[in-house]
Amino acid sequence: MYIGILGAWVAVFLTLSILSYLYKDNVFYKLSEHIFVGVSAAHWATIAFWNQVQPNLFGRLWPQAEVAALEGFNKFWYGIYHVLHVLFEKVFPEETINGVLYRGIGDQPQNLSYLIAFILGVFMLFRLIPKIGWLSRWSLAYVIGMAAGLRLYGYMSSDVIGQIHATMLPLWTGNLGESINNIILIVGVLTGLFYFFFSVEHKGALKIVSRIGIYFLMVYFGASFGFAVMGRISLLIGRFNDLIEYSGKQYGFATPILLLIMVAVLILSGRKEKKNKEAEA
Amino acid sequence: MTIKRIGWLLAIISVSSGLAFAELSINAEVVHTEADGNKVIITLTPVPNASSYLIQKSLESGEWVSVIETRDLEFNTNIENDISTRFKVTALDVNRNVLAEAVSEAITTEAKWFNIKRLNRFIALILISGIILYYITRARLNKKIYLRPVAGLQAFEEAVGRATEMGRSVLFVPGIMDLDQVETISGLIILGHVAKMTARYEADLNVPVSRSLVMESGRETVQASYISEGRPDLYSQDMVHYYTDDQFAFAAAVDGVMLREKPAAVFLQGKFYAESLIMAETGNSIGAIQIAGTGSPSQIPFFVTACDYTLIGEEFFAASAYLGSDPKLLGSIKGQDIVKAILMVCIGIGILFETFNVHFFKNLFLGS
Repeated sequence: MYIGILGAWVAVFLTLSILSYLYKDNVFYKLSEHIFVGVSAAHWATIAFWNQVQPNLFGRLWPQAEVAALEGFNKFWYGIYHVLHVLFEKVFPEETINGVLYRGIGDQPQNLSYLIAFILGVFMLFRLIPKIGWLSRWSLAYVIGMAAGLRLYGYMSSDVIGQIHATMLPLWTGNLGESINNIILIVGVLTGLFYFFFSVEHKGALKIVSRIGIYFLMVYFGASFGFAVMGRISLLIGRFNDLIEYSGKQYGFATPILLLIMVAVLILSGRKEKKNKEAEA
Repeated sequence: MTIKRIGWLLAIISVSSGLAFAELSINAEVVHTEADGNKVIITLTPVPNASSYLIQKSLESGEWVSVIETRDLEFNTNIENDISTRFKVTALDVNRNVLAEAVSEAITTEAKWFNIKRLNRFIALILISGIILYYITRARLNKKIYLRPVAGLQAFEEAVGRATEMGRSVLFVPGIMDLDQVETISGLIILGHVAKMTARYEADLNVPVSRSLVMESGRETVQASYISEGRPDLYSQDMVHYYTDDQFAFAAAVDGVMLREKPAAVFLQGKFYAESLIMAETGNSIGAIQIAGTGSPSQIPFFVTACDYTLIGEEFFAASAYLGSDPKLLGSIKGQDIVKAILMVCIGIGILFETFNVHFFKNLFLGS
C-alpha cells in the first residue's frame, strides 16, 4: 500500500518535472533528466550483460554440463569455466542437483565459434590501453561489414524488387475508382523516384516532373505527421489520466500538492533570477 | 443371419488385430527449393471416423515430441538440418481414442547453397552492382560527373560558419541506433565532413551518442578529420560522448544540452525514431540553424516541419558524395541514377503488360 503511494508520488513528480520543460529549463527538469539518463544507462548496461552477454555468449561457450561426464577437450574447457566461477561466482554459476555437480549456463547447444565474438568484444575493451587500442578497429570493421552485407539483401528484396512488383499495376482494371487509384500510385512512384535523380539537372519538363514528385512526398509527409500527432496526443492523454488518478485521496493528493510546490518553487526561483540579473545590470 | 454374425465377427477381429490400421500412412518429403533446407511437407492418408491427427517427430535421443494436432492431411513443418528425423501420426476420434498409428521413413535435410526462388534477386544484385562499379571506374578515370545542387547540403558550411561567428558550438547527433544501421554509418561519414569544417573554422563540436560502438567510431572519425585538417591540437575525445542507450532518456539529455549550451548549428543526421520531433522542436526553440537527414520515412515529416533544411531519404545517403567529392562516391551516385532509370523502364513495361492482362513480366519480380 505505502509502496503504491510512494510510487504514485515519484511518478507524479517525474511527470510534472519533465512537463515543466514547457515553461523553461529549470531545476526540476534538470533533476528528472539526470535521473532518467543515469537510471536508463545503468539499466541498459545491466540488461545487456544479463540478457545478452551471459546467456547468449557464455551460455553458448559453456552450456550446462555434468562435470563427471566431461572428457577430452571439454574437461579442460570446463576447467577454465571453474576458474572463472571462482573469480566471478554469480556470472559463472555451478550447481549441484541431486548430488550431481553441473557447470555451465543454460541449455543452448555448445558453439565454440562464439569465441570469435568474444575475442572481438575483448578487442573493444583494448581502447582503454592506447598502445593496442587499434585492435578495436577490427571489431568495428566486422560490425560495419557484417551489417552492410546483411542489409544489402533485405533492402534489395523489399525496397527494390518488392516495390517494383507492387507498382506494376494495370492502368485500366474495369473499375473506374480502382483504375484512378492505380494511376495516382504509378505517377506518384515514378515522379517521386525521378526527384531523387542527382546527376541530371532538374530544369524544363524535368523540373515539372520532379516538382510533382516532391508534391507527392509532401502529401505523404503531411499525412504521416498528422497520424503521428494523433498518436502523441493519445500518449499525453494517458499521462494526464495517471495524473488525475493520483490526485485522489487514496494517493494522498499527490498531483495537486506536488504541482503547487513546483509552481511555488519556479515562481520564487524566477524572481531570484530576475533580481540577480538586475543586480548584475 | 449366420453370415451377418460371421461378418461382424470378422470385422471385430480385423479391428482388434490392427488390419484396419493399415489405412493410415504418413509421408514426409523434403522441400528442396528452400534455402534453409529444413522445410518438409507431411502428407497423411485419412482414416475413417478420425477427428484429428496428432503428429510427433523423433529427437536425436529417440524421444517423440509433439509437432501439431491437425485435421489437415497436408502441411509444412521444419526440422533440424543434418539430423535423421521420423514423423509419427496418431489418428484420434472425438473421444480421443487412438484409432491408428503410423511412422514415416527417416528423412534428413541439409542447408542449400542456392535458393532458386531468389534467382531474380541474385540477377538484380549482380546487375546493380555491375552498373555502379562501372560508373565508379569511369569516375576514377576522371570522367566529369554532374550533381545537381541540393539546398540542405549547401547549407552545411553556412551553418558551421554561423556558429563560429556567434562563438557558439555545433551539435551533431548521429541518430540513436547502432552501427548495424546504414543510416548510422552514413551519419558518421557526414560527421567526418562536419568535423573537418569545425576544425577549419575552429568551432566547438559536440557529438552526443546513444551507443558505445558509435561513440568509438565517432571518435575515430572526428579525430581523423581534425588530423587531416592539420588541427589535431583542437581535437578532444570528449567531443564525442555517450549518454544512454535509452531512446527518450537520450532525447531528454540532448534537449538539456541544447537548452544549456545553446548551439548555433544543430545537425541531426542518422537513424531516428519517435524522439526526432522532441529534439528538432527544442533545436528550433533555441533558434539554432538545423539541418536534418534521415532515411526513416516516418521521421522525415517531423524534420521537414521543425528544421531549416532536411535531407530526404536518398539525399541523406548521397550527402557524403556531395560533401567529399570523392570519385568513388560520385561514381556510385551516377551508377545509382542509371539503376533508377532502368527500374523506371521496368515499371513502365510491367504496367503495359499488366494493362493487357499479361502477367509473366510482373512475376519475374515476385518475392519469396
